[in-house]
Amino acid sequence: MIFLKRQLPLAITFVMGVAFALQYYIPHPVSEEAITKVSDWMKIISGFALVLGIASVFHVHAVKIRRQAPGWGYSGVLFAAIVTTMAVGFWSGGESKADGGQTAFGWLYDYTMVPLQGTMFSILAFFIASAAYRAFRARSPEASVLLVSAVVVMMGRVPLGQTLLPGMQISIGQFIFKIPGAWDITQWLMNVLNSAVRRAILIGVSMGSVGLSLKIILGKERSYLGGGKDQ
Amino acid sequence: MILAPLFFFLLLIGGPAFAGPPTSPEGFRVLDTPNDAGKSLSLVWKAAPSDSKDRTVQVWVAKSPPAAFQKVAEFPSNTRYVRTGDFPWWAQPAGKGDHYLKLPSSPAFPITDGKPYAVKLLIREGAQDVWSEAAEGVSAPNYFNTAQVNNLVFVLAFTGVLLGSIAAARRNPHVYLRRIAGLDAVEEAIGRSTEMGRPILYLTGSGGMSDVSTIAATVILGQVAKKVAHYETTLKVPHRDPIVMAVCREIVKEAYVEAGRPDAFKEDINFFITDDQFSYTAAVDGIMLREKPAANFFMGSYFAESLLLTETGASTGAIQIAGTDSDHQLPFFVTTCDYTLIGEELYAASAYLSREPVLVGTLRGQDFSKAFIMGVMVIGTALATVGVMLQTDAFNYFLDLFRDFK
Repeated sequence: MIFLKRQLPLAITFVMGVAFALQYYIPHPVSEEAITKVSDWMKIISGFALVLGIASVFHVHAVKIRRQAPGWGYSGVLFAAIVTTMAVGFWSGGESKADGGQTAFGWLYDYTMVPLQGTMFSILAFFIASAAYRAFRARSPEASVLLVSAVVVMMGRVPLGQTLLPGMQISIGQFIFKIPGAWDITQWLMNVLNSAVRRAILIGVSMGSVGLSLKIILGKERSYLGGGKDQ
Repeated sequence: MILAPLFFFLLLIGGPAFAGPPTSPEGFRVLDTPNDAGKSLSLVWKAAPSDSKDRTVQVWVAKSPPAAFQKVAEFPSNTRYVRTGDFPWWAQPAGKGDHYLKLPSSPAFPITDGKPYAVKLLIREGAQDVWSEAAEGVSAPNYFNTAQVNNLVFVLAFTGVLLGSIAAARRNPHVYLRRIAGLDAVEEAIGRSTEMGRPILYLTGSGGMSDVSTIAATVILGQVAKKVAHYETTLKVPHRDPIVMAVCREIVKEAYVEAGRPDAFKEDINFFITDDQFSYTAAVDGIMLREKPAANFFMGSYFAESLLLTETGASTGAIQIAGTDSDHQLPFFVTTCDYTLIGEELYAASAYLSREPVLVGTLRGQDFSKAFIMGVMVIGTALATVGVMLQTDAFNYFLDLFRDFK
């Protein structure tokens, strides 16, 4: 049993990890075919796994309805939506369009799912405003720097800001001084400071990601198998 | 007699009218395209001072033995040069400044591996033409990309450093770890939930099990679940991916067993919602608003849903801890969460929480590698700058070692 639970998964992880790390260096079509085949396997496994997911959805919501837990009515709505969508989907042959027109299934998707998804996404605009308000309150020197930077970047990104703060050149004797406008400062903030920080984060992420991958391939990190003390 | 010096002068300064008739390209050869999957040939020939936009090069190919030649490409003769950075110095099919053209298989002229092909160039300027000698080449797939040998060497070196650090950590397990406030707060968040009698919500992000950040999130879940089991608090882990759900179920089960509370484990701790981004977000927001978890964990990779989740969580007054490698979502997490694990801290979390010497040792290995990368960046930037100032390629022998070649 311990062989099936520990040694076999670790052996598979090691073999597949090393094989697909080496695959990166092999341009031969055999290597391409191997990765395509494994991708196909993953799709098949995902298909089977979806059954687990659907079973989980049914189980969780059936229990809610049976126990009449708070909000159990929503579970009823969920079941009704699932049954309706499946029925309409079968009736439309799984097609959203037929004979140049929209099927009932297509209508259901376009006039329920799409608006609902759009509604969720549009809430983001309001949430950005409220999050920005919290972030830009000048409560500390750091927050003040953030506030000033944000205002400058916002000014540099809109035509009004570029018109109000266009930048200019001043000549004093033989010397010419260029005073940067909102656009120039924005570009500098984004291309120098912002890029530098992003790259630093990405380097750390890459190192951490490769480190964790190696730990998993070499069997040093096993907690993803459940438990983690038997190093 | 009078015109002779003028003619000589004009010849010296050069000009299209006096460039002379087109000449056959020097050093023309056909070779198998290096480091590829086959079905492609590469053409190489020397650059000529008379190359110009008015002089064109036509590429004619035939299946050999002699078959009819077919035109497959045409371009100005002052293009298709080998430039710095195209090939590493240890795997150069042509010298810098030479002409190089990759001829892939196309529907117009399919190239089959293992069969010889004859190629010749036609140099044309105005009404004047000149043909090169026909050269022959055979395409073949390669078993190793020599241009990426530097990458392989660094991966092996990194693996060696990692294993060395693990061995060192085994001998001396007292490795210093800097404080990570977000991970220190895990205990506080779980304690708060216990005191308030409210559940803990843990999200593993949008990725599947093939994402390293999702694996990191599941590893942290194991540590969190152990503490949750110890405190006898309710844990809820809604999922977008059924495979991640199955893996997390096993992890949480093991964590409860390790904590000595197998009886407290419930299958429903991990549950699937949907794989649709905004439907999932709406469902999780609903859970937050109805059940008001006292602590929300957002680990793994996230996209547009990050702010929708965390802002809703913030509005319920929950203590929120996020950890992500999605750099584009970091500002939202930093703004709306109490603690944020930035980038690599997500990967360091399992070592930090478990304090296992083996895992902690790998962090030291990563730090050595990062120090090496920082050193290379400083030296590389200096050499590249000096190289541009001195107009020399001499430093490319060093810079190519750290360049990513495909």
